[in-house]
This record gives sequence, C-alpha cells and structure tokens, in this order.
Amino acid sequence: MSQFLAWLDDRTGWRKLARAALYHNVPGGARWRYVLANAVLFSLLTQIITGVALWFCYSPGAQTAWASVFYLQNDVASGWFLRGLHHFNAQWLTVLLALRLAQIIIDGSCKAPREVNFWVWLGLFAFVLAASVTGWLLPWDQKGYWATKVPTNILSITPVIGPALQRMLVGGAEFGQLTLMRFFALHAGVIPGCLLALIVIHFYLFRRHGYVVPNRSRQPDVSYWPDQALRDAIGCLAVMSALVIVTVHFRGAELTAPADPTQNYSAARPEWFFLPLYQFLKLFPGGTEVFGAIVIPGLFFALVIAMPFSARQKSGQRFNVFLVLLGAIGASALLWRAVAEDRADPVYLAAKRQLEIDSARVKVLAEAQGVPPGGALALLQHDPQTQGPRLFARYCASCHRYAGGNGMGEPVAEKETASDLNGFGSREWLTGLLDPTQISGARYFGGTAHAKGKMPKFVKTKVSAFPSPQQADLRKIIAAVSSEAHLDSQKSEEAAEAAVMQAGTNLFRAEINCADCHQFHIPDANADAPDLTGWGSREWLTSLIGDPGQDRFYGASNDRMPAFLGKHILDAEQIGLLADWLRGN
Amino acid sequence: MESGRRNFFKGAAAVALGGAAALAPLGAGLSALLDPLRHRSEGQGEWIRVTALEAAPDDNVPRKFAVVADEIDAWNKTPNVPIGAVYLRRSPKGEIVALNVICPHAGGLIDYVPSDQCFLCPLHKSIFNPDGAIKNLRSPAPRPMDSLPVEVRDGAIWVRFENFRVGVAQKIPA
Repeated sequence: MSQFLAWLDDRTGWRKLARAALYHNVPGGARWRYVLANAVLFSLLTQIITGVALWFCYSPGAQTAWASVFYLQNDVASGWFLRGLHHFNAQWLTVLLALRLAQIIIDGSCKAPREVNFWVWLGLFAFVLAASVTGWLLPWDQKGYWATKVPTNILSITPVIGPALQRMLVGGAEFGQLTLMRFFALHAGVIPGCLLALIVIHFYLFRRHGYVVPNRSRQPDVSYWPDQALRDAIGCLAVMSALVIVTVHFRGAELTAPADPTQNYSAARPEWFFLPLYQFLKLFPGGTEVFGAIVIPGLFFALVIAMPFSARQKSGQRFNVFLVLLGAIGASALLWRAVAEDRADPVYLAAKRQLEIDSARVKVLAEAQGVPPGGALALLQHDPQTQGPRLFARYCASCHRYAGGNGMGEPVAEKETASDLNGFGSREWLTGLLDPTQISGARYFGGTAHAKGKMPKFVKTKVSAFPSPQQADLRKIIAAVSSEAHLDSQKSEEAAEAAVMQAGTNLFRAEINCADCHQFHIPDANADAPDLTGWGSREWLTSLIGDPGQDRFYGASNDRMPAFLGKHILDAEQIGLLADWLRGN
Repeated sequence: MESGRRNFFKGAAAVALGGAAALAPLGAGLSALLDPLRHRSEGQGEWIRVTALEAAPDDNVPRKFAVVADEIDAWNKTPNVPIGAVYLRRSPKGEIVALNVICPHAGGLIDYVPSDQCFLCPLHKSIFNPDGAIKNLRSPAPRPMDSLPVEVRDGAIWVRFENFRVGVAQKIPA
C-alpha cells in the first residue's frame, strides 16, 4: 500500500498538495471566526451532493416534473429527506454567505490585496441566489410556478435588453417545456459550474494571501491540522445538525398542487430571503418599478462592489459598516412588513388555504390512480371534489347555495333565490322539503317562482295535517324516492331497508297520492310536475342541469334556471363533475 | 509526546465529527440512488387475456400476440398498453403453448422463421424449435424459450405473463 502511495506521489505529487492543504500556517492560533468560510463551503458541498442525487430522480418536463418529484417524495426511500435537505440547505447557504460577506466587510478584509477575493465571495453569493431562483420552478408546482413568474417578469423591465433577456430565459413568451429545460440546465449545470470555478479561484487566492488576523493575539501560530480542522468539523456538524432538525421538523420540502397556467395562485411569493426585495418593490407605484427592482438595488450592489476601495479611508470603512447595518436592518424590516401584510390579507390567506386543499387532494388521487401520461394536473381537472365547488361557485351560486355558501365555503353577497343543494338526493334533504315550516323557506322554494306553487301548498295544507300513521308512510315514500338517487352515502341504509322502500313505492301511488302530479316509473301523460323516476341519480341530475325546461322536469313552468348544456354554458363533462360532486362522490 | 497524543485525538475527533456532518446528505443521496434495488417489478405474473381463441389457428404454427395490460412506469399508470408479447402455438388437438418472445440469452426479441420452422434470435443466432426447445448445439442461449402458463376461458386465451432473468440457465423471475 505504502509502495503504491509512493508511486502515486512520484507521478502526481499528491503529498505536497495534501501537506499544503492540511498543514498550512494559521497565524495566531486556531479561532472560531475562521469557521464561517469553511461552513459556507461545506454547505455548498452538501448542496452539490444532494443536488446530484436529486438529479437521478428528476424529469424536467411540463407533464413529468411534478410527478417525478411526487414519486421521489412518496415512493423513493428517504426521497423526502433528500429533497428537504436540498431545500433547506439552499436557505442555510444563503444565510451563511450573507454572514460571511458581512464578516469580510466589517473586518475590512476586502482591502488590498484581497479585492479580488472579496469579489469572488460576492460572485458566490450572486450565483447562489440565481440557483435559488432557478430551483423554485423545477417541481412545476403552483407555488414554484407563480413565484418564478415574478422574477422573470421583473427581468423584462430591465432597460433595453430586458425583453430579450426574459425571452431567452423563458425560452419563448410563455412558460412551458423550454422554460423548464432552460432553468434546469442553468440550475444543475451552468450555475454549479460557475460556483465551482469561483471556489477554485478562491482557494488559489487564499493560498496567496492567507488568513486575515484582525487583532493578532499572543497565541503562537499553529498548523491547520488538527486544531483549526477540529473547529471546522464542529462548525460543519452544527450547521448540518440544525439542517437535519429543520428538515425533519417540516417533514421535508413542500410540494403543492401541479402548476396550472390557467389558475393564478394569488399567494405566490418568492422564498423568504427574497421577500425584502419583493416588499421594497411595493413601495414603487406603477411605471417606476424599474427603480425599485433594478436601479436602487443595482446602486446598492455597485457600492458593495466598490467597498475594497472605499474601505481604504477610515470614513469609507465606517460607511461600509453602516451599509451592512442598513442592509441588515432594512431587509429585516421589509421582511417583517411583508409577512405581516400577508398574514392580514384575506385574499392571500384564502388562496393559501385553497392550495393546501388542492395539494392534499392531488396527492390522494396520484397515489390511488397513478399519474396519467398527460401529467398530474389532469387528476385535479377531472376530479369532481375539486372542480364541483369551483363550477358551483361560478355558475350556480348566484341563485343556489351549498350549505349556505358558494360551494367553496365562502359566503355569497347576493340574496339566495333558489334551493340549497347541500345533501341533494338524500332523505334528509327530502324530509326538509316536505316539512311545512321549511318548504317555502330560503333552503327550498322560498326564493323561486314555485314558492306559492302546488307543492308548497300541498305540503302546508295537507302534510301539516297528517296524523302520525300517515307521517310514517311519508317517511317510507321519502326513503323510496331518495333511493332513486343511489347515493353512496346511503348505500348501507338502503341495502338494509329494501322492504321499506318497496312499501314507499306503493304508497307513492296510494293514499298520499304524489302520483297526482309526479310521474314515478309508470308513464303518466297527465303528470305535470317533475318526473321522480331516477330522482337525484347522475342521469336525472345531469339531464336537469342540461335543460330544466324539458317536459320531464319543469317544462313551461321552469323558473329562471338556464339550459346549461343546450345553451353551451357548460359542457357535458363539467355538468358531470358538478353532478358527481353534488351527489357526494 | 504529550502534544503528539493530543494532536492525534484532535485529528481523530475532526475526522469523526466531519464525517458525521457529511453522513446525512451522503446517506440520503445513496438511499435514493439504491432505491431501485428495493422496488421489485410490479404487475408480474398476472393472468392476462391475450386473444380470442379463433385468432390462433390450431395448425401448430407459432404466432406472435401482444400482451396488453396496465403499465406501471414509476409514477405513470397507463391503462391498456402493450407490456410484452408472446408466441401462441395451438395444436390440432387443442393444446396451447405460450412462449415469451424475449430471448433467454441477452434479452433480444426472437423471430419465428416459417420457412425453417424454427425460432431465431437475430442478435446472437440462438435457434429454438417451435416448442421452444434449444435447437442449435452451440446455442448462446443457456435455456429454452420461457414457456408461460396458459388457459382457455370463455373462448379466449389467457396467459400468466412474466419476464425472466436473462443469461442464466434457471428460469428466475426478473
């Protein structure tokens, strides 16, 4: 073995390199303040290791990106942990780099001859931020998608080259396949390559200039190994421990619902360390954004670049320290404002809540059905539980209500002028309809043209006078009519009560005589009220929504409800989604 | 001497603590990379309806049929796509043989050559009899073609479809 190492040393000179790396002189003894630089490099190395491993699991396509990340989180062993480390370490790295820059500036160690080394650190910071911006988009989820649109749009307001720059980055006018491929190439190829190049330059310059010892203590010099190495190891372990704790605490990184270019996510925000800039931008009214986004940050950055020169004078060094403090305090204040404003913003909170619902739902669907080749978004688009409430809120809730709201759990400003359809088809809903105190209330016919029609009149005069045997019969009829809906929620009850429902079907035509007006299984030319054959079933409901003015339903006495299919307001699939959701499946 | 020993312990501690710090990203990364070893191929060995009986004439001539089933490919689940193919050979007496088209040597897709009445793998020229047995004496293939359990149900031919590991003499599920 030692012979082989000697041979290798003869050919490569590795021993000299290792000696130079491990036994270089640390003037004034080992110190904790030197740990920060190596903690940054360790954090960067962690990002590269986890990033390469993630690369093995990622597919950069508009139809596949979300699904591959979902698969990683759900099916790959410790995949959620791997992605969580990468996600949170990106934030660690940013913070550590910012601290390191502050350290350099406050120490004044950006002065000659270390100007270039300072710019290398600045370059690392810029590329790490770029890696974050390009990384958000890659899961192709709602949050990342909409959070990335903001920075790319800001890019386009850059004077002169902005629009071309944006088009180059996005790969066209709209976000799509090319955007993902470009962002991925930047995120996993170009940016890490630049970072590695900067690190090589940094090491070279560090070898040239050595440590910065601000107030040389009386301690004797030591070699890097083992004293400083031990401190660095402890520092790196502390960084990693905090990272692991945070990753486990949050159960890894979030994956929200797949990106939907047609559904704006109004709570989209950049990662927290960009929020100060985001908040700063809000201070600038329309037309002047270029100052908030480009000019002022650009000036600030120019001042920072010039720090090695301004630090030569004592007043310049004071100004630099002042700039660091101003940056830190200003950023903290803006960050706090941004978070506080969002927490008090009902639109933001509602969008966030809705996205949480959709994100949880799509994961259930993806796990149960697998992701279709067209992408995971289709899972939500064809899901009654997701689309039903949205369609209801948009097309039905101007008259109808669902549990008093618009279907999405929100109140409606307009007056309720048609029935509340929560539980439509169920025994409970029918029981309420046949309750003399309710039928002309808001939940049923109250707001409609039928409020004074035959049915409310029948319920209020006849049903209210029923003696208890007839009340019992009525319950059997309700069971029979409700069973026409074949609701999943009543399956077990109905299986156990076949005799009750049969009795109800017979009673429908007997003493209570619903069949005077309603047709029920047996054709009846004289029946002018809605046909209750198959009442509440998918077929009945979709047909009614399609055109309530059919003879089978309200005919000429239809109130205001439009023929949603006949007038091409909704298509058959949308009506199906609505019906399935109303029927509770 | 004393400081030499202290330095050794410091160095050992630096290696141990630094190694511990690198453990989480390396471990998580390796675990994800090795994940395919943990997942066994799904949907293997299920009974699949291959064709109607009439589509396979009882003339002892092997014919190739696609095996159509739900395909699970990582996160994608695609219903009714070809997941493989079999040769079906029906004798006048009604006996049916089902052979997987994959060559047990290196996984090539085997052709049937009607003029020579034999199977031929175009990759390394393994030759098999119509019943799947090895025909050439110095066959590259280490075992006969993989036969599959076959049944007739309601006028249709069903096969318990499965792929096997190639390059070994035993028939081991892939």
